[in-house]
Amino acid sequence: MEKTKNVLLVGVGGQGIILASKILSQGLISAGYDVKMSEVHGMAQRGGSVTTQVRFGENVHSPIIGKGQADIIVAFEKMEAYRWLGYLKPDGIAVVNDYAIPSAPTLSGNVPYPETIIDDIAAVVKNLTVVKAADIAVELGNIKAQNIVLLGALLKAMAIDDIDWENVLAENVKEKFVPLNKKALAEGMKHL
Amino acid sequence: MKQLMTGNEAIARGCYEAGVTLTAAYPGTPSTEILENMAQYKKDIYSEWSPNEKVAMEVAIGGSIAGARSLAAMKHVGVNVAADPIFTYAYTGVNGGFVFVSADDPGLHSSQNEQDNRYYGKAAKFPVIEPSNSQEAKDFTKEAFEISEKFDVPVMLRVTTRICHSKTPVETSERQEVGIKPYEKNISKFVATPANGRIMHVLLEKKLIELEKFSNETSLNRIEWNDKKIGIVTAGVAYQYAKEVFGDTASYFKVGLSFPMPMDKIKSFAKEVDTLYVIEELEPFMEEQMKANGIECIGKEKISNIGELTPNVIEEALLGKTPEMLELDDSKAVGRPPTMCAGCPHRGFFYELSRKKNVMVTGDIGCYTLGSAEPLNAMDTCICMGASISAGHGAQMAFNKNGVDKKVVGVIGDSTFFHSGITGLLDIVYNKGNAVTVILDNRITGMTGHQENPGTGYTLMGEKAPVIDIEKMVRACGVEDVQTINPLTLKESKDAIDKALATDEPSVIITKWPCVLKEFSQEDYEEFDLTESICQVDEEKCTTCKVCGKVGCPAISFGEKAKIDPTMCVGCEVCLQVCPFKAIEKVGE
Repeated sequence: MEKTKNVLLVGVGGQGIILASKILSQGLISAGYDVKMSEVHGMAQRGGSVTTQVRFGENVHSPIIGKGQADIIVAFEKMEAYRWLGYLKPDGIAVVNDYAIPSAPTLSGNVPYPETIIDDIAAVVKNLTVVKAADIAVELGNIKAQNIVLLGALLKAMAIDDIDWENVLAENVKEKFVPLNKKALAEGMKHL
Repeated sequence: MKQLMTGNEAIARGCYEAGVTLTAAYPGTPSTEILENMAQYKKDIYSEWSPNEKVAMEVAIGGSIAGARSLAAMKHVGVNVAADPIFTYAYTGVNGGFVFVSADDPGLHSSQNEQDNRYYGKAAKFPVIEPSNSQEAKDFTKEAFEISEKFDVPVMLRVTTRICHSKTPVETSERQEVGIKPYEKNISKFVATPANGRIMHVLLEKKLIELEKFSNETSLNRIEWNDKKIGIVTAGVAYQYAKEVFGDTASYFKVGLSFPMPMDKIKSFAKEVDTLYVIEELEPFMEEQMKANGIECIGKEKISNIGELTPNVIEEALLGKTPEMLELDDSKAVGRPPTMCAGCPHRGFFYELSRKKNVMVTGDIGCYTLGSAEPLNAMDTCICMGASISAGHGAQMAFNKNGVDKKVVGVIGDSTFFHSGITGLLDIVYNKGNAVTVILDNRITGMTGHQENPGTGYTLMGEKAPVIDIEKMVRACGVEDVQTINPLTLKESKDAIDKALATDEPSVIITKWPCVLKEFSQEDYEEFDLTESICQVDEEKCTTCKVCGKVGCPAISFGEKAKIDPTMCVGCEVCLQVCPFKAIEKVGE
């Protein structure tokens, strides 16, 4: 088995990042990988920045990813993508949701939200995929499924789409949301 | 197949497998999920949210004296609250195995300090066990109960945020029924009078000598031999980080029982290696003891005792390597501090409080600490659980005594009031103070993620419970001037504050409205009007004066006009009440 892979998921509290990371980790462990996943709790629920880190491979030690070590960053919110780019390998992959959630300083009008942030990311990241996950999820019927759209894109980008993800999905979401999330996963995989 | 578990889930599982029958805790990040996960074992384990950590510790001590394997769990600062009983329980020793969890928070992810609680082991003289992943969190929990019973001591299981909140694979096993040990009255053991205590101290010192022998023999402290140029003594998650950085290029002394330390075994390890590093998170707890034993080693002169340890920190400190990173402009990503949620019942009250001049607001620990943030800035202090009332009283008395014309308002949450606010309020009444106390009752323990408390009507195990009526409790403390208000109505808030500030007696305002994120109970629906609706801006009337922005609601933003995000708004109407142009209206009821 090859070296440990590092996946960093970033966004804002309430975007479903923890669930997406849970599904990812469950699928990886069912496929026989050693997996460690670290998440930051606490203040995150109050509109703060949220990150989860998933590391998998043959034998994983640290549960956290070092700076410049992530093979892929999946950003559920575009400004958060830039905030965490320091953790990406210089040749790493960034999958960025073209979706903005203003933070307190931008809401008060004191500081503008950086509207050109996607261009700023593109200027430094060679391997960048921009996904309109929120739009896709709305089209599928529920904006909350944007996390699974992004998960689909992540699986494709990491070339780990051969695991039975639909089954893992079904084990981790409420039954009535399974069809929606299966569609979201498939759409996400297509958009890469 | 192994299961992925957080360290907290694994500790709960460890208790289940160890045959534990009693656990107690007060919620606190990063420890909260230990007891939340214990609830699934309610058939076998009695578990409770206690009103504070000291009570939780004493409940578990009582369980242990009665003969049951018992556990208490808390965050690092909670151990400060619970320190009194544990120092004495170290003296008396146990009956049923007794373990308590100290969940430390290096990096202050969600805490007011980053104290290293391993020192409690040394100060109070009980063993300290440090797991480095979830498997060990489970296995060491079981081992901790064995040690507690074998050596007749309480044991501290010391974990950190990364252990608590990282999911790693765990192999589970069956529950081992140990039953309850017979309880026999034993005054010389369990009554800590000075006469008994003098004898207990001698016995405890003997136990520590035996424990140190055990520490040198147990597999909790183990050596991994690789190249002998570098040797590393390490414990907890720092072990994982050290392995990440050095891999097979160094030999490891992995410490699992870090007090008493396996000093003889470490001495012989030190002799075998050319350079010895001590890699530990936060303070030089092991390093100081090693140096006191004449072991030459390199630790905190290279690796900082400030902040969370990471593989990056170790790599840079010991190998001089800095990571290769993209070149970024840090100013591009605007900060994202936590804020009170849209619809938070604290917002309206803080908005009114922030408009009062010549008032000092002593705050407390909870979501409402966010009242100190922009744009409300409605808080002067936050020290620890309960200090809003008692430090507020002290400040008020100091102002009064020294002729300073300033009123003090102490602000505390419902769960925090039960935790350690009641005694402060008694103090105000007893010593004839005149500080104002505000109890922000949002019907749940909010910040830690919605745990039940004595005011909510439910227990940890999901059973109905008596509701402790805060107003009655406040009156029972001797406060006569009590106002219970709806904090979403600004006029009610303002009038209550004005009335309380004008009186020279102890005065209490209780703001009562459920947390917007709470899963409402039937009782909540009956007591409060929780009809779903939203507010929206009438763009014709809006002048973009931005007054509504001053309430600090994350749903409100400004373009050419004010805008309310319909997916976030819950129709609390606070912004509607502050708009001078009546440009905000309620829709969708």
